[in-house]
Amino acid sequence: MAQIIVVTSGKGGVGKTTSSAAIGTGLALKGFKTVIIDFDIGLRNLDLIMGVERRVVYDFVNLINGDSNITQTLIKDKRVEGLYILPASQTRDKDALTREGVEKVLNDLSEKFDYIICDSPAGIEQGALMALYFADEAIVVTNPEVSSVRDSDRILGILASKSRRSEQGLEPVKEHLLLTRYNPSRVEKGEMLSVEDVSEILAVKLIGVIPESQAVLKASNIGEPVILDEQSDAGQAYLDTIERLLGNKVDYRFLSEEKKGIFKRLFGG
Amino acid sequence: MSDSTIELKGSGFTLSVLHLQSSNVAETCQALADKIKQAPQFFKMAPIVINIEKLDGAIIDFTELKQKLADLDVVPVGISGATDKQKSVIKAAGLACLNEAKSPTNKQSSDGPTQVRYERVEVPVEVKVPSYTPSKILRQNLRSGQQIYAKDSDLVIIGMVSNGAEVIADGSIHIYGQLRGRAIAGASGDESARIFCHKLEAELVSINGNYWTSEQLQDSVWGKAGYITLDGDSLSATELEI
Repeated sequence: MAQIIVVTSGKGGVGKTTSSAAIGTGLALKGFKTVIIDFDIGLRNLDLIMGVERRVVYDFVNLINGDSNITQTLIKDKRVEGLYILPASQTRDKDALTREGVEKVLNDLSEKFDYIICDSPAGIEQGALMALYFADEAIVVTNPEVSSVRDSDRILGILASKSRRSEQGLEPVKEHLLLTRYNPSRVEKGEMLSVEDVSEILAVKLIGVIPESQAVLKASNIGEPVILDEQSDAGQAYLDTIERLLGNKVDYRFLSEEKKGIFKRLFGG
Repeated sequence: MSDSTIELKGSGFTLSVLHLQSSNVAETCQALADKIKQAPQFFKMAPIVINIEKLDGAIIDFTELKQKLADLDVVPVGISGATDKQKSVIKAAGLACLNEAKSPTNKQSSDGPTQVRYERVEVPVEVKVPSYTPSKILRQNLRSGQQIYAKDSDLVIIGMVSNGAEVIADGSIHIYGQLRGRAIAGASGDESARIFCHKLEAELVSINGNYWTSEQLQDSVWGKAGYITLDGDSLSATELEI
């Protein structure tokens, strides 16, 4: 049985797809057979971030409708062993996802994989609800600003009330907070919420803090998950996040301006 | 007497009563004739009682009255309001003397003993019976968009209430965590309801429809443990210290 992890946020543009790609790749680097599913039907992005856009033949909706089988639909990553991508359909909309259809695909994948990463679309509608419904764990991606924090809070509420685990009275979805685009110097100037502020407001266990980094944009544009850029601060922060996800204790880095300054000088951001 | 061919029973009827104002029979009958013309069908063979109370004991020609009424096609049932002196004349004229039942408004002290019956009447009255309803207790964080209503009871939350979350109770609200959302106590009109919380940073607090937004909370117990009460029409916030 695979562990199903949803990467969600409520708000758009906070780094869900970047984080899904990084976390999925990171788990595969650790030797776990991992599939990343793009639930953003109609606004497909994961294939670009993963650099597999030219290899998409079938998609998630085809698989749900039985037009294709798992072997045909999954795209195997060429860089990391055991990493697969299930792309979203670009020509359909979110209503194409039915609970039964998603459940069947997840059950089939569950037999073959260790981890299933569900890259949720923004919002709290059908697409996002489908992405989080079957989750065992949730990584809530939040930027250190008030609107993102509020939307994350909303999503945490939905996880606690509308997920399969809550509806069936099972053990609740395990929630993790992933703070992205963190800029320690702006936090010090009081322009950005601090890790402590966000943790206190959301009352969810922190799993990682990803610094705002040039490396993320670069990685997206070349179609390579930022976690593979081991020299970058963001890549290292994601590697730390994977360790924590696997239950290992790792000290936080990149939380203060000083340290970030060193990395900037060493690796050029 | 069950084998009797007749049976006598008392009964009440509604009859028209002609009140005589003067002892001039001809004048009276002319006035009645005019009245009858307006509704001949109503008076045709109608039983009628003549009240002579206003004549103050004056003796009139009852035989003539009886005849004139018969000519007008009304049936005189009898005479009421007669003095003892008049009664003998009335009987001689072949008319009955009637004793009018006194209406309660002009009851006189000379009335006979009155029997009053008391009856037990059950009138259903809607009374809100104060019954004990256990508090609604939640051990969870309430997130933005979530809403909890404790009907007819207090609400206890062991956790926090986020911005955009709403907690409502008909009774008091106790929050053992931060209150950043909205808390509405006394939602069904209980002005003695209170809101207690571990850390007061509410968007809005309301008791029985009187509310404060976070702006008005800023200078009182913001960020501290406190409780909100309603004094008359205004809320007040007090720090929770013992």
